[in-house]
Amino acid sequence: MGKMLELINLHKEFNRGTINQKTALDHINLTINDGDFITVIGGNGAGKSTMLNAIAGVWPVDEGSIFIDGYDVTGLPDFKRAKWIGRVFQDPMTGTAADMQIQENLALASKRGKHRTLSWNVTKQEKEFYKEQLKSLNLGLEDRMSQKVGLLSGGQRQALTLLMASLVKPKLLLLDEHTAALDPQTAKNVLQLTKQIVKTNNLTALMVTHNMKDAIETGNRLIMMFNGKIIFEVEGEDKKKLTVEDLMHKFSQAAGEEFVDDESLLSR
Amino acid sequence: MTLLHIHFLLQLSDLFNAMPSGIAQGIIWGIMALGIYITFRILNIADLTVDGSFTTGGAVTVMLILADVNPWIAILVAMVAGLLTGLTTGLLHTKLGIPAILAGILTQFALFSINLAIMGFSANKAIAVNQYTLGLSSRDILSSIRVGLILAIIIIAILYWYFGTQHGSAIRATGNNPEMSKAQGINIDTMKIIGLGLSNALVALSGGLMAQYQGFADVNMGRGAIVIGLAAVIIGEVLCETLLKKKQNFAIRLSFVVTGGIIYYLVVVIVLWLKLNSNLLRLFTAIIVTIFLAIPHLRNKSQNSFKKAGKLSAKQHVTEV
Repeated sequence: MGKMLELINLHKEFNRGTINQKTALDHINLTINDGDFITVIGGNGAGKSTMLNAIAGVWPVDEGSIFIDGYDVTGLPDFKRAKWIGRVFQDPMTGTAADMQIQENLALASKRGKHRTLSWNVTKQEKEFYKEQLKSLNLGLEDRMSQKVGLLSGGQRQALTLLMASLVKPKLLLLDEHTAALDPQTAKNVLQLTKQIVKTNNLTALMVTHNMKDAIETGNRLIMMFNGKIIFEVEGEDKKKLTVEDLMHKFSQAAGEEFVDDESLLSR
Repeated sequence: MTLLHIHFLLQLSDLFNAMPSGIAQGIIWGIMALGIYITFRILNIADLTVDGSFTTGGAVTVMLILADVNPWIAILVAMVAGLLTGLTTGLLHTKLGIPAILAGILTQFALFSINLAIMGFSANKAIAVNQYTLGLSSRDILSSIRVGLILAIIIIAILYWYFGTQHGSAIRATGNNPEMSKAQGINIDTMKIIGLGLSNALVALSGGLMAQYQGFADVNMGRGAIVIGLAAVIIGEVLCETLLKKKQNFAIRLSFVVTGGIIYYLVVVIVLWLKLNSNLLRLFTAIIVTIFLAIPHLRNKSQNSFKKAGKLSAKQHVTEV
């Protein structure tokens, strides 16, 4: 089992040198092995999304290194890291191009990290492939391939984004609270689909969530963040035995006084 | 028949005589509108470079023709010059972080001096139409219309092809959703620069055609080009929607943009025929463009406004009490 992602001493401060200076990531170290599915929990401002954005390359970090599959990507911007990373965002509108067809979106995703040429974007051959892939979502999208994505519901768009993120197998799948904007039933379906896609494609994934129950029931590892630090890590059998109460306890231990404010932000 | 009748008929024949020239100029402006479509509709950028690059196209074309260069080669060089103006705006916007609209204004402002320099620091350069072979000219309006239409069809075909390719689709995605595009590995800065370059190459082509058609280049010939282009784009879109109802494919939509340019210019001809003060033309154009740009917003507001909600609420209270 090789190391798929390595974060070494990762540090990021926002609004440096101003009164609003905030340490968003405080010298984080994390190693993710090939095939790991890690859930990330923590209160608002704990640094969960910030860590995912640092890995995705939304902005450069202040200190530290990011290795993907042994390759130092610290100096690369997001669109260059996209070669190795699939992303699904919290807002269902973010992951797809609304004014383009479903098949055009899939075609764009099928060239992620590859050179885009002057050959036709959606070929007949590819259409068949997309159709098969869409069928696996069980949403009937395979019959609507030439429709604009803007006509789809939030849940459908998130499912499509998941498919797009895995169409070219990524070394790392980043899920940033991708079910938080959906209604409970749709959120459940999308999470189920996420597990299915990660399993069938044997992906390595990081999933940020506010939902402790989801965090416990999903994946093989769990990390808890607070104030830009990873304060608790659990995996394998220990994780399976974990309860929401255990997590709350861990959290209050680490956070102390401040926990009271943050408790309401975490849902069971 | 009274004298008044005869007078009216004569005037009407004036209008019809002016129509072909209006169509020819409309096609030329329509080609420019295709360039504006790329930035305004595909990249979602209002690019004000065009007022300058249109003139650049005209100036380069006229100077080269005066130097005995083949008129079509002159136009090709003009397109390269236009491409460079677009790349400049693109670089100002993406590499120096200047808002797109301001980047366009800066390039356009600088182009005024550059265009004068191209024309040897004179504000106006004429071609003696009899001494040079031209691609098109107002002396032969019908052939100008033919040449303009053929060019428009070729350009639409190329644009239809390009924006259907992997590369062109990446430009469309960039304009539609930059976040998604980056996540799919698209360099959105490069895509914006390419789009702006392409757009201004077409605008300069149009400027070169116009200079040949009218037989001169003038440093002010591109003033207001952005608004005329937007008018053409919007008239074309509204016409396409009303005539053909459902969403049409890209090539048909582009054809309607050129049609929008023709209709705009025919309106100009009518305004002139009505002996309305042509100095007011820009005011009319601005009003028309404002109305069409505002329609989607106002339509949405009429269905979804506080005023309406308040009235509805007041009505219910009355009935309940």
